[in-house]
Amino acid sequence: MISSEHMTINIGPQHPSTHGGLHVEAVLDGEKIIDTIVHVGYVHRGMEKIAESKTYAQFIPYSSRFDYLASNLPNLGYVQAVEKLMGIKVPERAEYIRVILAELSRIASHQLFIGSLCIDLGATTAMMYCFRDRERIMDMFEMTSGQRLITAYMRIGGVAEDLPEEFYPAVRSFLKDLPAMLKEYDGLIFGNEILQARLKGVGKLSAEDAIAYGVSGSNLRASGVNYDIRKIEPYGIYDRFDFEVPLGQNGDCWDRLMVRVEEIVQSARIIEQALEAMPEGEIKAKVPRVLKAEKGAEVYHRIESSKGELGYYIVSDGTDKPYRMHVRAPSFINLAVLPIISKGGLLQDIIANIATLDPVLGESDR
Amino acid sequence: METLFLDISQALTGWLQSLGLSYTWADFILLIIQFGCIVGIVILNITILIWLERKISGFFQLRLGPNRLGPFGVFQTIADALKLMTKEDIIPGKTDKWIFRTAPFLFITVAIMLYIVIPMGDGMQIVDLNIGVFYFISLGSLTTIALLMAGWGSNNKWSLLGAMRSVAQMISYEIPLSFSLLGVIMIAGSLKLSDIVAAQSNIWFIVLQPIAFITYFIAATAELNRGPFDMPEAEQELTAGAYTEYTGMRWALFFLAEYTNLVAVSAMASTMFLGGWQGPVLPSWLWIIIKTYIVMFIFMWVKWTFPRIRMDHLMSFSWKFLLPVSLANIVITGVGIYIFKWIGWC
Repeated sequence: MISSEHMTINIGPQHPSTHGGLHVEAVLDGEKIIDTIVHVGYVHRGMEKIAESKTYAQFIPYSSRFDYLASNLPNLGYVQAVEKLMGIKVPERAEYIRVILAELSRIASHQLFIGSLCIDLGATTAMMYCFRDRERIMDMFEMTSGQRLITAYMRIGGVAEDLPEEFYPAVRSFLKDLPAMLKEYDGLIFGNEILQARLKGVGKLSAEDAIAYGVSGSNLRASGVNYDIRKIEPYGIYDRFDFEVPLGQNGDCWDRLMVRVEEIVQSARIIEQALEAMPEGEIKAKVPRVLKAEKGAEVYHRIESSKGELGYYIVSDGTDKPYRMHVRAPSFINLAVLPIISKGGLLQDIIANIATLDPVLGESDR
Repeated sequence: METLFLDISQALTGWLQSLGLSYTWADFILLIIQFGCIVGIVILNITILIWLERKISGFFQLRLGPNRLGPFGVFQTIADALKLMTKEDIIPGKTDKWIFRTAPFLFITVAIMLYIVIPMGDGMQIVDLNIGVFYFISLGSLTTIALLMAGWGSNNKWSLLGAMRSVAQMISYEIPLSFSLLGVIMIAGSLKLSDIVAAQSNIWFIVLQPIAFITYFIAATAELNRGPFDMPEAEQELTAGAYTEYTGMRWALFFLAEYTNLVAVSAMASTMFLGGWQGPVLPSWLWIIIKTYIVMFIFMWVKWTFPRIRMDHLMSFSWKFLLPVSLANIVITGVGIYIFKWIGWC
């Protein structure tokens, strides 16, 4: 074997495939990866500190900006954490609306995942097909909240407004077309041999490593660990729905992709059931104008975000603002395994690995 | 219409000779004019081609493509070219200046030189070399050096990686490319492109050599650095590979040269496999244009459909699959020719 001098290159923070401001320092031997060091923090906006100077309600729009690709999910996590802290009961209808929007967000996020993975692998056309379909979900968000990306639709004690009339046909037709969309992706993307060759067996993450590093969400399930917060610790009304948790076997990039594809199908199932069972009634609980928690009260609430286990830890000092808020950001923790799964691969595998770990830097850096 | 361009050149020679020049000098001046025409046509053709590729990719990607400047946005490329020409020519401080500066010119020169041997119609060939195919292949491999110069001269790690990839890729794909053309040469019995076209008057070589055509197409895609083999450029991995440090017109020259190569390789494919300029009704020069554009459309189709292949897969695909296939094709062709001669069919 010919051995050559090692070369350190910086992938990012200005790079087409780093999904925002991610900086990966890669030590290469030719194209082979010897080591990678992940640097985060380029999108740090001091969100946790901002939370300390905002009232509980004022922070809702900020929470949407954590994971801006599935903004209903961090939003939901935050309002549920505050409700748990203050013991607020949410009306039935609002719970169902929340589930529908959260699962739509998950589908949108996973569709974007497929699209951005494709563009990272050089299949620029495939990306457009995913974005075309995601656009329909964005339109639905626009109907509900007036916003497409950063919705801020959840409220403490419910949701901002009832679903508009035109929302129901839109979501029903989307669910009807979803199998056709997935079939199209299957023909254009998943069935492609080049893509399979680039993803299968690449970036293997063992279940032990995944657990040791605290990886969560689809990345963990791709390694074969059955761990979905919606199942093991159902929040909201998730215990009422019948859905499966898709699992991978090898923990490679291909499994991480396939798990997400299957999750789209399961999310669609949840939405169908929620639409079926949704009762009429109030959409917002009666909550006091000034929300205050007891002095010293603290809460940790976690939800299954599209990126993994998203947790909010809130400590109250008795005023209308949290004393301290911490976010367990799944993107940040998932990124920690990038050096392990990239080691020994090629430079091109780093790109596939980053894409399949699906980090959102807004959430990772907060 | 058939002899339109030949008539023009005849008239020009006659006019030059009427000025009192000897035949040799008139021919020499005509040659210079022909070279000028090649450069002009190449650049004009490419402005159309870039627009076409953007429109086609837009069609594939459910977009509109350029649609602001002129009807269907046809003037978009011209506007882009103007923008590139007015841009500052940045040469980064620690580059190897001479190599950095000359690389784009070498690249485009080589690309344009390819056109000299391609028969663009009945009798429309600037030089009918008796080693036409050999000339084409050997010049085509010179582009590697230009890319290596660009990558090395840029003094940028991404560029160097891109250049290394391009060398590895081009050397591996040169061999199946040449071997795929060998089958055609064996049947035609000549390296002269006019002879090869003439040999296809009854049957196109794509019928006799389908495997060679596919091998040629794949290897040519790799030679052109086009998707799914665009490793040296690799936008999403190497930012832009060997071209990372180039700006303005120097970058545009690379861009131009890539399209020039695309046209040349497609014209070569139509000459070698699709009967060249031969075709009914329409004039010969129109036929080769039609065929070339069809081949180019397939190149674009492939590029806008597939993801990029990985470097190690690329190499093993060339050495472990394309090379044996093209070698087997040569053996089968040889045996076939022998049997045909034995039966007395040719």
